[in-house]
Amino acid sequence: MSSAILKERQEQICRTEPGSKFSIVCDKESLAGAISQRACVFCGSRVVLYPIADALHLVHGPIGCAVYTWDIRGALSSGPELHRLSFSTDLQERDVIFGGEKKLYAALMELIDRHQPKAAFVYSTCIVGIIGDDLKAVCKKVALKKGIPVLPVQSEGFKGNKRDGYRAACEAMFNLVGTGDISDIPPKSINILGDFNLAGEIWMIRELYNRIGINVVANITGDGRVADICRAHGASLNVVQCSGATMHLAKMMKNEYGIPNLRVSYFGVDDMAESLYSVAEFFKDKEVMARARQVVKEELEKIFPQLMVYKKALNGKKAAIYVGGAFKAFSLVKAFRLLGMEVVMVGSQTGTEDEYKELQEITAPGTIIVDDSNPLELSAFLQEKEVDIFVGGVKERPIAYKLGVGFCDHNHERKEALAGFSGMLNFAKEVYSSVMSPVWKFMPRVEAQDD
Amino acid sequence: MTENHAPVKGISKFESSAEKSGGGTGGNRPKRPNYISTTNACKLCKPMGAALVFRGIEGAMPFLHGSQGCATYMRRYIISHFNEPMDIASSSLGEKHAVFGGGPNLKLGLANIIKKFHPRFIGIASTCLTETIGDDVPMLINEFVRDNESASELPALVSVSTPSYSGTHMEGFHAAVKAVLKTLVEPGEGVDMINLLPGFLSPAEIRHLKEIVADFGLKGIVLPDISETLDGPALAEHELIPRGGTEIAAIRVMGRARASLEFGRTMADSDSGGSWLARHKGVENYRLGTPIGLRETDRFFAVLERLSGIVTPEKYLSERGRLLDSFTDGHKYVFGKRAVVYGEEDLVVGMTSFLSEIGVQPVLCASGGKSGKLQEAVTEVSRGLSLETPAVQEETDFYDIAEQVEALKPDFIIGHSKGYHLARKLDIPMIRVGFPIHDRIGGQRLMHIGYRGAQNLFDLIANTLLDKKQSSSDIGYSYM
Repeated sequence: MSSAILKERQEQICRTEPGSKFSIVCDKESLAGAISQRACVFCGSRVVLYPIADALHLVHGPIGCAVYTWDIRGALSSGPELHRLSFSTDLQERDVIFGGEKKLYAALMELIDRHQPKAAFVYSTCIVGIIGDDLKAVCKKVALKKGIPVLPVQSEGFKGNKRDGYRAACEAMFNLVGTGDISDIPPKSINILGDFNLAGEIWMIRELYNRIGINVVANITGDGRVADICRAHGASLNVVQCSGATMHLAKMMKNEYGIPNLRVSYFGVDDMAESLYSVAEFFKDKEVMARARQVVKEELEKIFPQLMVYKKALNGKKAAIYVGGAFKAFSLVKAFRLLGMEVVMVGSQTGTEDEYKELQEITAPGTIIVDDSNPLELSAFLQEKEVDIFVGGVKERPIAYKLGVGFCDHNHERKEALAGFSGMLNFAKEVYSSVMSPVWKFMPRVEAQDD
Repeated sequence: MTENHAPVKGISKFESSAEKSGGGTGGNRPKRPNYISTTNACKLCKPMGAALVFRGIEGAMPFLHGSQGCATYMRRYIISHFNEPMDIASSSLGEKHAVFGGGPNLKLGLANIIKKFHPRFIGIASTCLTETIGDDVPMLINEFVRDNESASELPALVSVSTPSYSGTHMEGFHAAVKAVLKTLVEPGEGVDMINLLPGFLSPAEIRHLKEIVADFGLKGIVLPDISETLDGPALAEHELIPRGGTEIAAIRVMGRARASLEFGRTMADSDSGGSWLARHKGVENYRLGTPIGLRETDRFFAVLERLSGIVTPEKYLSERGRLLDSFTDGHKYVFGKRAVVYGEEDLVVGMTSFLSEIGVQPVLCASGGKSGKLQEAVTEVSRGLSLETPAVQEETDFYDIAEQVEALKPDFIIGHSKGYHLARKLDIPMIRVGFPIHDRIGGQRLMHIGYRGAQNLFDLIANTLLDKKQSSSDIGYSYM
């Protein structure tokens, strides 16, 4: 087991022990040669801005960065679908030698004429950071010509990790905020930050807020629209989900416009209900709170009978979690608990020390907590803990499947809505469909145990 | 020995007479606007191809010298097709490395991989970042070897230059094959072996290729061999590196083999491992089209007959006979149907060849690659069979294809998953071939080469068209 862990990585892994002092090292650059599951700065920016459906997203660089991020996420739009196209300047050798600014300018002009977007985001990639194209200048020039915001995203892949990419995305978006008319925005209004409308999740969340009497100004960024983001400063509150992908924007809006923010999660019934209650509490409106209670009651009544059917089957099964941000892991730990399941390993690509500490507090003794893990470690943990289901993304899936372990996709590529109350039911069904499959009975891993 | 590009006539009683009958001239390339931007690319980046090659070598760890994102994106892309673990190590360069050079991280990464994975081979591909900052990877590797002289046994280290601003994943693929050969082949006595350089085939196809060659009594070395490494069995224990792949000892003797058989009509001579072996090691090279469909497979078998000195085993004659029999059974259902073919150039050529044989009209043959040879190859394989000469477009993207596709009135499209939006837009079927297949399981088991592969394809295409006709019929007959 210990042989799976490089010495330099040992401090990034810990096991919760009752009474012992918790310590974990995180927020480190990935170790060369360790096969990190992390991506890069560009990936972080692309994830956050991707769902803005009426903007042009142009990747300035060689073809790879654009092609590997083409329509890979399930972020739905209720209208335009410009975000589902993959635009690239496809830099060639001569551009690298002579500079890519001319090509970028021409590509932007061409694409804006063709698609009439409401704004354009221009992503910088590794190579642009090296050849020194002046993205800002080109964007400014095009913005003047075309009369739309053209925003450089400083997302050179090597300049940090995914979290730095979130930050660059937030900074690009912040240029839009404050430019729209907010005169008709009612007082009980919020922005939803950090939900990306995977499988239509933000529609469910918006509906819940509307039912309790709260107006939503901007979706940031699921099913997002440029005009809404321009008006986002008219909201009274920023409700922020996820591990900080959009927290930087909320902080900037607090400083600039005095808009307070609230951190929530929409995964699992506890956290979903808590989100509605805390928003209701913020507005200090008895009517809103009463409605929130009513909505929670109604929704729970709808899903509980079936949820209990799943729970009965899943009781005592063991789960492992490895996700991008640690914040999602909290909700998943609670969601598994609701299903009567035990979480035996939990980790993330980019968690912070405080987040890991909190994970340690809410998990059982002996649980493995890990930062920036890799396939070798993860498969060792799955084997050691005899896990029934692993929750992660596409890169984690074959680690589980190769060993004959169940899997639930819980990252941005998923096509099932897992947020909100009905999302909890979907999640339970996903877990149930994998854990209860008879196929595991025939796997070598199980046969080896039976011998 | 000299290089031999021409297909060998050999036993070739099967060689199609159609080839001699002339036909289209390869004109009618539709004009397309000269767009500056690329939308929905029909190609992947260069290091991707190198990573795939390295995964097909025994005990290998693919390694990208660049920022962490490249390795992670490519892993995700490859995993979604093969449904298999795919580790790619990275030197994970950060800002300071981009300024001061990535050498120390490259060496640290190599040391860590060696310590943890005990690989027998590490294949190092550069990326646009490290090419542009000017890291001299071969020199860095030499330094690493020198500094580790005391270490018991270092793995074979092979590097390849794959800046993604210069060529597609297929150029990266071929360049990696050539780099492996250049680095590893050793002089010595001649061996009674045949080199097989098949290009980017599926694991199932590589398995079939090995079966065919073995049935001719030949000892073949396939480079790369992803038949097990990217389509492995369920396991009880995690493997550090998947079993299988071309044996390194076998690669070392490839310069002394009797002949090389290389698939790919559009590959640049300068990228070709087979040409390199011919030029520098005197190994006779047979460059053939990927054996998709009847005639390209006939050509392949003719070469095998020549190299083995035996006639095609009965098993394959039967397969060929059944294939022809099925052509007669199904010819009416496919005749005159119009197809858009897209993807890697050599795959496009193979598919076009096959479609032409069964009476399907390829109306557009498109690729994001730009070998400069696609037009000629398509004309060659469709000559005398297709009623119209197919339109051919190199260096295209899915935006260009989508703009023309309605006017072309195709009955189906044939290519990888990323063309699905075309099929959806036109409400026509899609035949999934090539890489990536991200919207179905079993991409690793697609098998389209040889007579058996042609049979799979023919049944699939005929039945897909029948299904379309049946499901859009008002009556719904349960009988053709």
